Amino acid sequence: MKFTHEILETNAGILLIATMVAISVGGLVEIAPLFLIDDTVEKVDGVRPYTPLESRGRDIYIREGCYTCHSQMIRPFRDEQLRYGHYSLAAESKYDHPFQWGSKRTGPDLARVGGKYSNEWHVQHLIQPKSVVPESVMPNYPWLMSPLDYSDVAARLRALRTTGVPYSNSTAEYEANVKEFGTEVAETLRIDRAQANLVAQAQAGNYDGDRTSVTEMDALVAYLQVLGTMVDFSKVKPEDLVKYR
Amino acid sequence: MADNMHKQGPQTTGHVWDDTLQEYNNPLPSWWVWGFYGTLLFAIAYWLVYPSWPIGKSFLTGVFGNIEYVNAAGETESWHWNTRAKLLKETQEAAAQQKPFYDKLAATPFDQIGKDPDLSSFVTSAGKPLFADNCAACHQSGGSGKVGSYPSLADDDWLYGGSHEKIQETVTKGRRGYMPPFGEALAPAQVTALASYVLALSGEKADPAKAAEGKELFHSHAAACFYCHGDEAKGRQDIGSANLTDKVWLWADVPGAGDDAGRLAAVEKVIAGGLAKGVMPAWEGRLSPEQIKLLTVYVHELGGGK
Repeated sequence: MKFTHEILETNAGILLIATMVAISVGGLVEIAPLFLIDDTVEKVDGVRPYTPLESRGRDIYIREGCYTCHSQMIRPFRDEQLRYGHYSLAAESKYDHPFQWGSKRTGPDLARVGGKYSNEWHVQHLIQPKSVVPESVMPNYPWLMSPLDYSDVAARLRALRTTGVPYSNSTAEYEANVKEFGTEVAETLRIDRAQANLVAQAQAGNYDGDRTSVTEMDALVAYLQVLGTMVDFSKVKPEDLVKYR
Repeated sequence: MADNMHKQGPQTTGHVWDDTLQEYNNPLPSWWVWGFYGTLLFAIAYWLVYPSWPIGKSFLTGVFGNIEYVNAAGETESWHWNTRAKLLKETQEAAAQQKPFYDKLAATPFDQIGKDPDLSSFVTSAGKPLFADNCAACHQSGGSGKVGSYPSLADDDWLYGGSHEKIQETVTKGRRGYMPPFGEALAPAQVTALASYVLALSGEKADPAKAAEGKELFHSHAAACFYCHGDEAKGRQDIGSANLTDKVWLWADVPGAGDDAGRLAAVEKVIAGGLAKGVMPAWEGRLSPEQIKLLTVYVHELGGGK
């Protein structure tokens, strides 16, 4: 029997299968090589999963739609490197689900904003950007000073764990994290300690200038302050990164 | 009727459902079809020209050949064309062009830089975007500062010192301001007295009796203000305590207060609440030592350098 267009159009099952085959070609061509090629994700030291507080900050970053105006991907161009710092590596977002790369910038790229400004600046800027950057068009986010709901943070870390982020749920996983990241970081990745760790970091860091309560501002500023700071580029040879491409 | 429709030729596909239901077949314009084929050809050419097409665990490396750059050991090496190699090469070329200026800047003592017109204009032109990118978010454009948070860099009042060396140290290592809160240790009346004295020190209007009481407290071991601000209340640049005798206000928003009561309240707030802010980030690591020296000169020239 000759395979004709009519057969496709008159048999819903065949049409469905043929459509899926056609669509998956695009996906396979783009995605499959990334899993096969050895050099997709650079091997660099320092990248770790977010602490519970940083992770909640990231949730707020997504909730407020920061990504609609800010990318987190410094491209390997000279002008970007001069303004934002070292170009972003794939390895730096390997624990991001989903990643926040983006291609639209109304505001500046935030991939390396960590450490660039003081906590106080971030708080002032988030509450009212124009108070520190008069020409800014960023909206005000005054409600970030409200208390952070962290009752479900353990569940959130468990969800991330199912996507492959190594938050530890057992002694064996904890031991593996100690080996991989060291004791200090491994402690922050314990799901059973998530709430206590979150509160401890918020109080010690005092990101919002108020130690008495854990606010959404604490979480968001903690997240912003860690962005792009995990890899120490003074210890990375530039030519090594070149050879991953 | 179906037959009649068929006679109209290419306008229908010839399929007929339910006796009368037909499907039109209007071919795509040929320019569109050829344009589409063109994009396919373009894609194939693109795959071959740029590094992209996967082969097993590796991939085609494109036709641009290799890019040469200098590695960390100072040797020339090359790698197939990619944007990272291109960036490394371009960065090194630009650095080579700027090197004479930066070398000269590094070798010239601070007090000689202003006397060299070439070097001064390099500092001004290269310092402007550096300052705008990294410093202006807090210190504002022109270094005018922001009362309550960020010191002005354009006046001659310096918390940690306004010499080139001190500015360089501040930019490199960052600073962390701190003043303990006195709201619990002192009675409200004592805070008011201290605030009156601080206002009087700067020539602001203050109740003389309260100011006198504040002066005593200031120098007493109960409040111990003089530990940090000094016997003459002129501040100590080695620990970053403010000079309270000049008319420059940073932490207490005295200039922004509308009346005497507001000015008093502004100073009281700082004394009672203390300061756990005044954090200047460290820029070593983010900026090169040459860039920091350049910024030091730039900031020094903003108007207030000593």
